[in-house]
This record gives sequence, structure tokens and C-alpha cells, in this order.
Amino acid sequence: MPVRSQIEGSQAVARAVARCRPQVVAAYPISPQTHIVESLADLVRTGELDPCEYLMVESELGAMSACIGSSAMGSRTYTATASQGLLFMAEALFNASGLGLPIVMTVANRAIGAPINIWNDHSDSMSMRDSGWVQLFASSNQEAVDLHVQAFRLAERLSLPVMVCMDGFVLTHAVEQVDVPEQDEVDAFLPPFTPRQQLDPAQPVSIGAMVGPEAFTEVKYLMHARQMQALDEIPRIAADFEAAFGRPAGGLVRPYRTDDAETVVVALGSQVGTIEVVVDQLRDEGHPVGLLDVTCFRPWPRDEVRRALAGAANVVVLEKAFAVGAGGIVGQNTRLALAGTPTVVHDVVAGLGGRPVTAAAVRGLLDDVLAGRVDPHRLHFLGLRTDLVDGQLRRDAASVPGPHAESMLREAGVIGSGSH
Amino acid sequence: MTVEPKLYQVDTFAVGNRLLDPAQRSEQARADRSNAITSGHRACQGCGEVLGARYVLDAAMRATGGNMVAANATGCLEVFSTPYPETSWQLPWLHSLFGNAPAVASGMAAALRAQGRSDTRVVAQAGDGGTVDIGFGCLSGMFERNDDVLFVCYDNEGYMNTGVQRSGATPPAARTANTKALGPEPGNAFGQGKFVPLIAMAHEIPYVATATVADLRDLEAKVETAMGMSGARYLHVLVPCPLGWGSASEDTIKVARLARETGIFPVFEAERGRITAVSKIRRWQPVEEYLRIQRRYAHLFGEPRRDDIVARIQAQADHNIDRFGLLDDDPGYEQDQE
Ligand SMILES: Cc1ncc(C[n+]2csc(CCOP(=O)(O)OP(=O)(O)O)c2C)c(N)n1
Ligand code: SF4
Ligand SMILES: [Mg+2]
Repeated sequence: MPVRSQIEGSQAVARAVARCRPQVVAAYPISPQTHIVESLADLVRTGELDPCEYLMVESELGAMSACIGSSAMGSRTYTATASQGLLFMAEALFNASGLGLPIVMTVANRAIGAPINIWNDHSDSMSMRDSGWVQLFASSNQEAVDLHVQAFRLAERLSLPVMVCMDGFVLTHAVEQVDVPEQDEVDAFLPPFTPRQQLDPAQPVSIGAMVGPEAFTEVKYLMHARQMQALDEIPRIAADFEAAFGRPAGGLVRPYRTDDAETVVVALGSQVGTIEVVVDQLRDEGHPVGLLDVTCFRPWPRDEVRRALAGAANVVVLEKAFAVGAGGIVGQNTRLALAGTPTVVHDVVAGLGGRPVTAAAVRGLLDDVLAGRVDPHRLHFLGLRTDLVDGQLRRDAASVPGPHAESMLREAGVIGSGSH
Repeated sequence: MTVEPKLYQVDTFAVGNRLLDPAQRSEQARADRSNAITSGHRACQGCGEVLGARYVLDAAMRATGGNMVAANATGCLEVFSTPYPETSWQLPWLHSLFGNAPAVASGMAAALRAQGRSDTRVVAQAGDGGTVDIGFGCLSGMFERNDDVLFVCYDNEGYMNTGVQRSGATPPAARTANTKALGPEPGNAFGQGKFVPLIAMAHEIPYVATATVADLRDLEAKVETAMGMSGARYLHVLVPCPLGWGSASEDTIKVARLARETGIFPVFEAERGRITAVSKIRRWQPVEEYLRIQRRYAHLFGEPRRDDIVARIQAQADHNIDRFGLLDDDPGYEQDQE
């Protein structure tokens, strides 16, 4: 039986990853991913994870590139990053997926600057949503651990890279009870890596050749087809996992009290725990409210989302990122899933740059939605400090020069005298 | 080359293969050579890069008994060798990106270590752009960690694949598509650029060498030496590009030789940061001989002639001759007749 122990999320993930026996880890430090890769370095040093080569590379581009080389050489390969680091890898991310290399990566979700900000939101992963990587979002540390074990199996089964996203600090640095699967359990669940393609002197192949207009569409079509296969594979793997480990984890979406719900919140990551509490409160008060936790964001489980939401009159997508100048990202995908239904979708941006998504704030939002006070045609920012933005918009209109972040901080009295 | 080159072909100094002991003959003279990059590729006529790559890889294949893999950066070498659905590569070969070949190779080497396959070796290759500019961070990281990779830079002194733009290896005064022969300082600026072999040496890696496609046996020998060592090794090969340099395609070898004979391009070997061997200039030539046969320098010899600029280039060559000791007091050979 696994031992449930108090453990930091990063440590738990590092141990779970180690039990998946990666042969190569190449990583570059960035908060809030650091504890994961430090911990893996320890496990390699002490010989607990052996054989494993731990490459301390010079950048995230180097990290992902080394992962590409290692995976193509037939080794199980892992890395972790966040935020600026994920963007620094961007070119290699598309390359890894284009080449169909089954690399597993943790993203300790963090905001993207400017302004530089180390705290949690989902802008990093969301910016890479079309990179061809599978994206699984963990709602708790237990799920983060379990998703990593499943991620290697998924990646290697379909020969495509998988990103496990866990909220930076909120999860990575939280100490709580987690079952870290034992080595024999993981070994029984995760077969040794049998690469689909490999650089082998006995059978030389060229990987990464140039492809022109005559076949590029077909190559991309096949990438899409493989991601669509993941929609079938992910629930199978989740079912196998539950059978083997005795607890549910993973899958595409997790509906919570959505049966007969008239209003359903859609969310990803650690905020779903908070939202569950609010849903319970509202249910206790007689409001038919539910939650849809989207675990798999890429590939987008359109049918499952539609099935879970189609009966609702109102959907509130609470997301920790947005497409500047356009609106919600998960919201746009949700509308795609609900095309042709009368369901109204509200895009609500929350928790940017580490602003806590509290139960009180979610409750206030849902009260407003239930009372018809939220205009579904506008992008809503939960808890927006209108005093700050209005002041800056006035200064902009008056062409007052200066960086707006600093001007707002001045006005808020955080820096300077407060006089302007 | 250990045999005294008493007999050589006019103008080339190359000893005919049949005069050599079979063990010393070029890999290309062997019927069982690997042909690592085989015919049918789309390189330009007279391309120095494909010539260099062929000699390097076949020598490396010989040294490893064919047990090796290659990482390739984006650039001419990659584009002309793998037009869909064809490939010229007869060895396991991976192209990832323009700026990451050293790191891809590091990952390959790490995978081989983890799999306990020390017998399989890794070679990475890139143009000068992929090496000295965009791939430089990854390259320095690979050197610093002393990963078991031979990295080969095919230096044609510019971004040829994208239409001949300036790189950090483009020499002063050379015309490229974005350093045209316009204005008072025509061509690429003086006082810029870098010579990465010296920077590689500063990492104190086991082996650094330069070579040109004018001395192909020398090139092969350096590959052999490199493959006999482990850790990070760097080979910087000057490969004239007829298209980008505006030289005649039949002059590729001649241009490369003049680069060496003028002192423009020093040819040497170094181990752990110390120079261990220098290829002496056999018959010194003024830089003008080198510059005149390349249209990228045509603006120096038009109306008006820019003797002032030629003199600055000559001064650079003289500096190399002095710095690397490229001219013996006694050259030890007779100058032959053209
Ligand atoms: C990130 C990125 N930037 C730019 C390019 C465009 N590009 C492709 S090859 C190349 C130049 C290659 O120059 P070099 O490495 O010297 O090789 P050569 O073609 O001269 O042999 C450039 C600029 C690219 N493919 N990727
Ligand atoms: S442009 Fe230059 S480097 Fe490229 S194939 Fe032609 S000759 Fe070779
Ligand atoms: Mg070049």
C-alpha cells in the first residue's frame, strides 16, 4: 500500500516522475518549477533514479532541444519549466510535436511578463495551446502526481509530447497529503519505452527532413489525427489507472454536480477546489449550479464538454488567462463545443498574476450571473480594481507620458508619495 | 600526412592517392566508404559545404565503424540534402532547428550514456550562422559540460540558405545581401565578427581544430583525431560558397587554399586550450590574390580602387601570420612554377 504522507507538491511530482524511470532529464531552473528539478537532481545524485542522465543545460531552448535529441535516440525523456521558460522553448516545442517525440514536461503555471510576475496564472500554457502538445491540467497535487504517471503512458502510446500543467506555488509549493505511487505499482502500469521512431545506426533514418507544399498539409493532418486519437486514449488510460491505483484521476473532463444544473462553471487547475465549495453552498441554497473541471485542454474534448454543458442555460468560464484584444481562450473553445445550442457563455478572467480566486469572489460572481447582472457580451475581469484602470485610462486620454504599471502603483500609493 | 610530399600536382600540393600507402589514402579512395551524404542532393555546383561534409562524415563513419548519429542545424546543408521525399543521408540523421543543434546533440549523447551505449558516437553539424550566432549559447553550453559530441561548423561566412546575409563570421568588406557595397565603407564593417575556434579553445575542451576544403586529407585526419577522443570537440571548416562569394564553381579548392596561403584563415589544432599544431603557409600570397577571384570583394578593385581597404585586410592576414606563426623563416620547400 502506498504511504500517504505530507509532502510538497513539487517533491511529490519529482518522486512520481522518478518512478516513471526517465532516462534523461534536461532542465533549466525557473520559479516556481525549481523544487521539482532540484529534487530530481537529488534523486539522480543519490542513485535512487538510475540509470538517468541529468543535463544542466544553458537555457530552456537547450533543455527542450536536448529532450528532442534524447527522445529521438530512444530514451524516456522529461523536463519541467514555467512562464518565460516555456516561451523560451517555443520553437523547440513545435519541433518536438512536429517530430512526434513522446517527451513529458511539467509546466508549473506562472504568468508571463511584462510586467514580470512570478505568480500563478495560465498564460504560459495557454500561449502554447496550439503547439501540438497534449495539455493536461491538474486540480490538486494528488492529481498532478497521477497525471504524470499517465502522461508517460499516453505520450509513448501515441508518440506525441504531453504537458502536465500544475498551478505554480498554489500546487507546486503546497504541502499536503499525497499518495506517491510505489515503484512496483508504476512499473506495472507503465511499460518500458518502445520508441516508434529512433535514430539507429543499424537502420539509419532521416528525421526532420524538409517537407514542401506537396505533403505538408498531410503531415499536419496526421498530427491532428493523433491528437484526436488521444481523446479516446486518455479515458482508457484513466480507467486503467483507477483500476490499478484505486483512485480516479485524469480523463478528459470531470463534471461536478452538473446533472440538471442550469448554471455551470467551467474551470481548469487548482481553482476547481474553491469552485466546488461555492457550488455546494449554492446547491444547499437551492440553486441548480454545477462545475465542469476540464482536465484535458489539448486535444479539446469538444463532445464531452458539449455533453456536460448542453443542458445548462448559462455557462461561466472562469479562466486564468485570456487572449488580449479578443477575450477568453477556454471560453472560445467552450462556445465551439456549444455551437447551435441556446446556452449563454460568460467569459470571466480571474486569478491573473497570482491574484487569489477566493470562494467569496466566486460566490459574488455567481450571484451576479444568477441575477442576470453579468453581460455575456463583455469580457469580465473578476475583482478588477476599476479605480486604478480608470485613472490610467484618463491619463492615457490626456497623453500623460510614463509607464502605466508604475503610474498605477503610484496612484495606489504603493510607490512614491502618491501625489501625481 | 606523414609521407613527404615530394611529388605533387601543379598548384594543388596534393599527393596523388596512388602514391600513398593504402592506409594513408583518403577515405574517398576506398570502395567501401560509407557515402554518408550520397549523390542527388541539391547543393550548387562547386559547393564547399557539401564537399566538406562528405569528407568529414565519411571519415567519422570510418573512425566509428559506422556507429554514429548526426544532428543537423537548419541551413544549406539541411535544405539541399533532404528535399521531400528524398534524403541524401546514409546515417541516422536528425534535423531539429536552426539554433539548437549542439543541444540536440547533447541530448543524444546523454541518451546514449543512459542506455550504456558508449560505442555509438554523436556528430553535430551546422553552418557558421547556426554555430557562431543563433546556436552559440547552446554550443557554449555543450562545450562547458564537455558533452561527448564532435561539433562541425561549415563556415561559408554568411547565411547562405536565406540568400547570403551577413553572419558573425562574415569578414570585413565582404559584400552580402545586407552589407552591400554601398556608401563610404562598402561591404561588411571592420572591427566586428568573431573567430569561434579561439572561443572554443577558451572552454578548454579536449580538441579544437580548423581546416579547409583545400586540404581534404588534413580535414580527414582531424576528424580521425577528434573521433579518437571523447568529450566536446570542435572542428571549424572553411567552405567556400560559389554562390555567396561570387567565385567560380571550379575555383572552390583554389579559393580555400588561398585563404590559407594568405594567412586570412589560420589552420591549426589545439588541445585543452593550447595550440598543438599549425599548418604553415607553403607559398605566401598577398590577400589581393584571394580577394580578386571573389565578386563579393569586386568593389575593392573597381573604380576607384580601394587599396586602403585591401591594405586593412592585408594587415589582418599579417596579424594572423604573426599570431599563429604561419610562416616559417625557412619554408623548407622550393617554390614551384605555375
Ligand atoms: C530561428 C530561425 N531564424 C531564422 C531562420 C532562417 N534561416 C534558415 S537557415 C539560415 C541561415 C543559415 O546560415 P548558416 O548557418 O551559415 O548556414 P548556410 O546556409 O550558410 O550553410 C537562416 C537565417 C530559421 N530557420 N530559424
Ligand atoms: S548557396 Fe553556397 S553553401 Fe549553399 S548550396 Fe550553394 S554553394 Fe553551397
Ligand atoms: Mg553559412
